[in-house]
Amino acid sequence: MKSDFRARNHPAYWAFIVHRASGVLLALFLPLHFWALGQALAGEAALESFLRWSDQPLVKFAETGLVLLLAAHLAGGARLLMLEFLAWRDWQKSLLAAAAAITLAAGLAFLLNIV
Amino acid sequence: MSDGGLSIRAQVLLWTAQRASAVVLAVCVIIHLVTIIYAVRNGLSAAEILGRTRGSYAWAGFYAIFVAAVAVHAPIGLRSVLSESFNWRGASLDIAVMVMALALALWGFRAVYSVFI
Amino acid sequence: MAASSTLAVSVWRGKESGRFQTFEVPRHESQTVLDVVTHIQRALDSTLSYRFSCRVGMCGSCAMNVNGRARWTCRTHVAEVAAGDRLEITPLANLPVIKDLVTDMTPFFDKWAKARGRFQGGRTRGHDFARVLPESRERRLADAAIECIGCGVCYSSCDVVTWNPDYLGPAALNRAWTLLNDVRDTDNRARLGAVAGDAGCHACHTHMNCTERCPMKLAPTASIAGLKRAAALAALKGELGDAVTK
Repeated sequence: MKSDFRARNHPAYWAFIVHRASGVLLALFLPLHFWALGQALAGEAALESFLRWSDQPLVKFAETGLVLLLAAHLAGGARLLMLEFLAWRDWQKSLLAAAAAITLAAGLAFLLNIV
Repeated sequence: MSDGGLSIRAQVLLWTAQRASAVVLAVCVIIHLVTIIYAVRNGLSAAEILGRTRGSYAWAGFYAIFVAAVAVHAPIGLRSVLSESFNWRGASLDIAVMVMALALALWGFRAVYSVFI
Repeated sequence: MAASSTLAVSVWRGKESGRFQTFEVPRHESQTVLDVVTHIQRALDSTLSYRFSCRVGMCGSCAMNVNGRARWTCRTHVAEVAAGDRLEITPLANLPVIKDLVTDMTPFFDKWAKARGRFQGGRTRGHDFARVLPESRERRLADAAIECIGCGVCYSSCDVVTWNPDYLGPAALNRAWTLLNDVRDTDNRARLGAVAGDAGCHACHTHMNCTERCPMKLAPTASIAGLKRAAALAALKGELGDAVTK
């Protein structure tokens, strides 16, 4: 038999879900990101017209999501590296809280600068 | 278990490469996030971005390292996802992961080149 | 103590496929989940199969899923877990079900063997005692992980086992880590090869289900992290063998 969500409902597992989802979404986004930067091959004007397209509120909203994903994957990944490579930490749930705080701070710093 | 797949040592070296690239990426992403938040304060413009990166060996070098690290890191992560969630294992998966890594690297280096020249 | 006089208990009946059967069980003070299962078997339905032995948290035989989480039923009070006077009891996950609440532990123990979980010494009775200082680093690391009694709670809780049936699992890897820190053991080079890679320690994603659920409060995740580092170092040095992992 397989266990259900009740077996998984604890902070380290939530952190795993965030890490995996953010990792997959960032990997899917990267080719688009590289494509957008590649517009500059056709000159400054081409890149500029892409950037003006990206001024739409919906795109800005999506960009905030991307910053959150990147910050979450960074902070969660730093936590994993600490758990794997430094001495075991009994305060690993506090480490998790710190990672969540860093993620939110980065997301807000981006969001408040673009609104 | 690893029928037609990688040797145990190769599997462990993949894990090691993912962790090593993670350390490089941690530094790169911090710089990237700070740059993003700095750059968007007054809105993005192509002139501002290209003014920073065109002809700058420092930025080109930084982004080249960034792309190389992510081309190592992301495909190894996707390898786990594909085997665990889609039950794809063995040599075909490892070849697919290799192709992903090369494609990501080439596509990324093209982007770095395009904001440098 | 008892909030109400009866408890509605849904118990898994059958094998991999089966159904829940609900029993009404009278509540008592300081009643354990094992008491509940025993009451059902003795008073309500003698065909119910389950496994237990010591009843005091020493043998590790009575682990089951209680309201979705793997636990020792003998050390779980009904009052701690019975949400709304209801209990759901199923066999441990990730193991073949023999009947009702009894799982086949064979794959679990086979993986201990595969992880070379047996102590291999290099001395004979002609030698003097090995001297292992209690305060040495290795002894303290082994101590931190050694109290495992092999109940299977971690194995049942581990998602990586569910996703990759070849994965050795937290208990076998934790055992390998204690032996790796046993300075008397002579089999560690082969052991490290046996526990490394995609079906070994490097498959662990630090979900920490094992560490969260271990009734002994061990941290298999920490042991597995130790193995990851040791095996990565051996792989970089070209000292990690493939020969033993068939």
